[in-house]
Amino acid sequence: MFSDFDLKVILSSLPYLFGTGMVFTLTLTALAASGGIVIGTLLALMRLSGIAVLAWPAKAYVNVMRSLPLVLVIFWFYFLVPYMGQWLTGASAPISVGAFTSALVTFTLFEAAYFSEIMRAGIQAIPKGQTAAAQAIGLNYRQTMATVVLPQAFRNMLPLLLTQTIVLFQDTSLVYVISLTDFLGAASKVAQRDGRLVEMYLFAAVIYLLICIVASTLVRRLQRRIAIIR
Amino acid sequence: MNYNWNWGVFFDPSPEGVGTYADMLLSGLLWTLATALCSWIIAFALGSIIGVMRTLPSKLANAIGTGYVELFRNIPLLVQMFLWYSVVPEILPQAWGDWLKQLPNASFYTAVVCLGFFTASRVAEQVRTGIETLARGQRMAGTALGLTTAQTYRYVLLPNAYRIILPPLTSEFLNNMKNTSVALTIGLLELTARARSMQEFSSQVFEAFTAATVIYLLISLVVVTLSGLLERRVAVPGSR
Repeated sequence: MFSDFDLKVILSSLPYLFGTGMVFTLTLTALAASGGIVIGTLLALMRLSGIAVLAWPAKAYVNVMRSLPLVLVIFWFYFLVPYMGQWLTGASAPISVGAFTSALVTFTLFEAAYFSEIMRAGIQAIPKGQTAAAQAIGLNYRQTMATVVLPQAFRNMLPLLLTQTIVLFQDTSLVYVISLTDFLGAASKVAQRDGRLVEMYLFAAVIYLLICIVASTLVRRLQRRIAIIR
Repeated sequence: MNYNWNWGVFFDPSPEGVGTYADMLLSGLLWTLATALCSWIIAFALGSIIGVMRTLPSKLANAIGTGYVELFRNIPLLVQMFLWYSVVPEILPQAWGDWLKQLPNASFYTAVVCLGFFTASRVAEQVRTGIETLARGQRMAGTALGLTTAQTYRYVLLPNAYRIILPPLTSEFLNNMKNTSVALTIGLLELTARARSMQEFSSQVFEAFTAATVIYLLISLVVVTLSGLLERRVAVPGSR
């Protein structure tokens, strides 16, 4: 069954797979994770602010995003981002943005919903006494959050944030539906061109498997190291 | 925004010749539901077995369970979809591969199997957590009563564990339903694919996607409501 397994097609396409595909995947993952964590934290703060006009939209946003398939959201933003650009820049027609920008906006905003749930749990897990103490020594809301609550919440939630980033790393393969060349897209293009589906898809699967297993092992190790003994 | 809204488009005839765009979306919804339900049956059954294996005393069962979960959780769903669709028929014996390839609705069966195996790894983690959350005394009590390991699981551990994990299982069910949209890459004409082709044919982008969005939100709402009812129905009287 593996008699005509062709290793050469994998070897000769390595520079393309990693130089183009994997670089794209990792860039998208890193940028979307950073943006997603920032926006997610803001959403979490809005939800916990106790101010209905802030809490309600944040809650609605998170719940809607989490009920929709990522593929549908990718399509939504693929068509919506040009209009958003037009609205933001005041241009007269929908502006054309690159597919990469569109994917980046999609993943940042989509993952923000998931990161916000993690940050919300992290902020809620900080004992109320800490906020009270911060207020008692005269810190305002911004200072309380920035110097007391959020640093601890980030530290406690770091393993979960990283695990979610691994999920994001796997999910970026879905940019396939808007024909972008991420790692899987690159493998798929070579596979179609050379008619070597078996080799290329198996190779892609092995690489994803290795990266994710190594990454989640590192996250587990980090979790043990940073755990605060209470 | 200079976009021409036309909400009447749903009642225009679709380019398929029969029915309107609304019918097209409806047929997509039915494929989404069929795929989600069929794959859930596999995911629930297989996931329960794998989850139980990870809590058994046997080292071998543990290793198999852990291996399964690691394998299926660490490969992106889309890659798994391609593996089942393009690679499995190739590496099977010739006759089986040919049979698979000319199966009608091949993308449906592939999606069901792929999602079933994929979601099983997530269900397995929930089942294992559920069993591990139970007090140790429950397993011991089962043994003390003279139940075999299988009987302890059947009559003591699993009935309790399933009740505990009902809420996370509901969200796994919803994730599985959302994941059916990935099968559009192998040609399954489910809801997202239908919305996408409606957008291509009618160029009413936002109407098509709004309709799909509303349908997905409604499914979530219905599933969460039903799961709440189920939870109350199966609750052990007196607990909590």
